[in-house]
Amino acid sequence: MNVTLIGYGAGNVASVRFALERLGARVRITDDPTDVAEAERVILPGVGAAGYAMQRLKALGLVEALRAFPRPLLGVCLGQQLLFETSAEDGETELLNLIPGRVEAIEPAPSRPSPHMGWSRLTIRRDDPLLEGVKDGDWAYFVHGFVCPDGPATLAAADYGVPVPAVVNSANRWGCQFHPERSAAAGARILKNFLELPA
Amino acid sequence: MTARRIIPCLDVKDGRVVKGVRFEGHVDMGDAAELAARYRDQGADELVFYDITASPEGRTLDYGWVQAIARLLDIPFCVAGGIRTVEQAARCLDHGADKVSINSPALERPELIGEMAARLGRQCVVVGVDSAFQDGEWRVHQYTGDPNARRGAGRLTMDWIVEAQGLGAGEIVLNCIDQDGVRKGYDVAQLAEARRRLTIPLVASGGAGAVEHFRDVFVEADVSGALAASVFHSGAIAIPDLKRYLDQAGVEVRI
Repeated sequence: MNVTLIGYGAGNVASVRFALERLGARVRITDDPTDVAEAERVILPGVGAAGYAMQRLKALGLVEALRAFPRPLLGVCLGQQLLFETSAEDGETELLNLIPGRVEAIEPAPSRPSPHMGWSRLTIRRDDPLLEGVKDGDWAYFVHGFVCPDGPATLAAADYGVPVPAVVNSANRWGCQFHPERSAAAGARILKNFLELPA
Repeated sequence: MTARRIIPCLDVKDGRVVKGVRFEGHVDMGDAAELAARYRDQGADELVFYDITASPEGRTLDYGWVQAIARLLDIPFCVAGGIRTVEQAARCLDHGADKVSINSPALERPELIGEMAARLGRQCVVVGVDSAFQDGEWRVHQYTGDPNARRGAGRLTMDWIVEAQGLGAGEIVLNCIDQDGVRKGYDVAQLAEARRRLTIPLVASGGAGAVEHFRDVFVEADVSGALAASVFHSGAIAIPDLKRYLDQAGVEVRI
C-alpha cells in the first residue's frame, strides 16, 4: 500500500504518517507537484488557518496538481475544508473548489464552546467504501473552529448544535473533518479503507 | 455534542513520569511511553505531557519523546514545557503532537499566543494557567514546576484567561493549585466562573480524588474535560470504572 502525503508546512503530517505506518502503508511525504501527479493515492492533511494553507499550496504549485489528480484523494481536517469552494476564514479565502459551498465559522453558544474540540459520535448518512465497518454512534476526535457546508457530499455527520459534515465525498475526493489518525479504532478503519480504495 | 474528556496528565522529568503533592516532593511513577500506552488502552480521551523542569530551567522540551509518543498513540495528545517561540511549537507539531500548551512563556510575552494562533491555528494553542486564591482573589502563579522559582505573576486569573482567549488561545487548562495533589475535589466555583467568561473549551485541573469529583466538575462547572494525574497513576481510579460511573450519572462519555 503506497500513499503520498502532502507536506506543505501546515500541520499534522507526522501524526498522519505514523497512523498510516501503523497500518503497514509505505508513506511518501512530498511538496512537489510532479510527485503528486504520479501518486497512487494522496492525503492532504492540515491544521491551522485556511489562508496560510492555500498560500502554501499556491507557492508550491500544488493547487493545479491537486485539482487535476484523478485517483483517490483524502483531505483531513483543514484538508477536508480545502476541498470546498471558499472559506470565511482569514477574510474570504478561495479554496480548491472541488466541492461546492462555503466553509463558515462555528459560532460559540452556551454549552457549545468553539473550537469544536473533542470526541463526537458519527451518524452515517450514506454507505460508501470509505465507511466500511464504521457504525452509527462510533466516536471520532474533532478539532476545528470552521465547518463545511452540509449537502449532498456529506457521507457522515456529527451533531455540534449545527450539523458537522464529518466525512464527505465527491467523485474521487474524500474528506474527514475529524482526525482519523487520532480517532482510535474508527479512525484507523477509515484510513485502512482509504488505502484499499481502487486507485 | 462532544463527550466529556478524561485527560491523564503525565508530568515528565528526565523521561520519567513523576507526581508530587502541590508540586513538591516528586515520586517516580514510571516510564512515559509505557504509561501512555496503558492509558490509551484504558480509554483515556487525550493525554497531556508536561515537562515540568523545562520552563524554570529555561530550556525547551525534548522532541525525541514527542515523536516516540506520537508513533504509539491513536488518541490526541498535548505537550507542554518551555515552549517560547512559534518555531518550537511548530516543531512539536512536526514531531506528531496535536496541541501545545504554554504557561509561563505566555505570561512573559502574551503576544506569543497570537503568533502561534496565526501560524498554527488557534485549535492547537492551549494556555495553561496556575491559579491560587490569595487576598480575596484568584491570582495567576508561574514557574510552579520548581518550588524555588515559583512566584505570583501579578495578574488576576479571570482577567488573564479572557485576555488569552482574545489573543488566540483555543483552549484553557485552569489548574487550581490550592487543590492540586490534595484530592479534595476540583475547584468547582472557580471553574464555573471561568466557564462563564470563556467561549473556548475549558479543562479543569487540580484536586481529583474520587469519581464524584469528576461528575461534580462536569455537571456544576460545565467544563469540556477534566485532567488528573496521581489518582490515575496510583491506580486509585481506573479510567474504565470512572467512565462507567459517569455514564450512569448521566454525563456523556466515550465508552
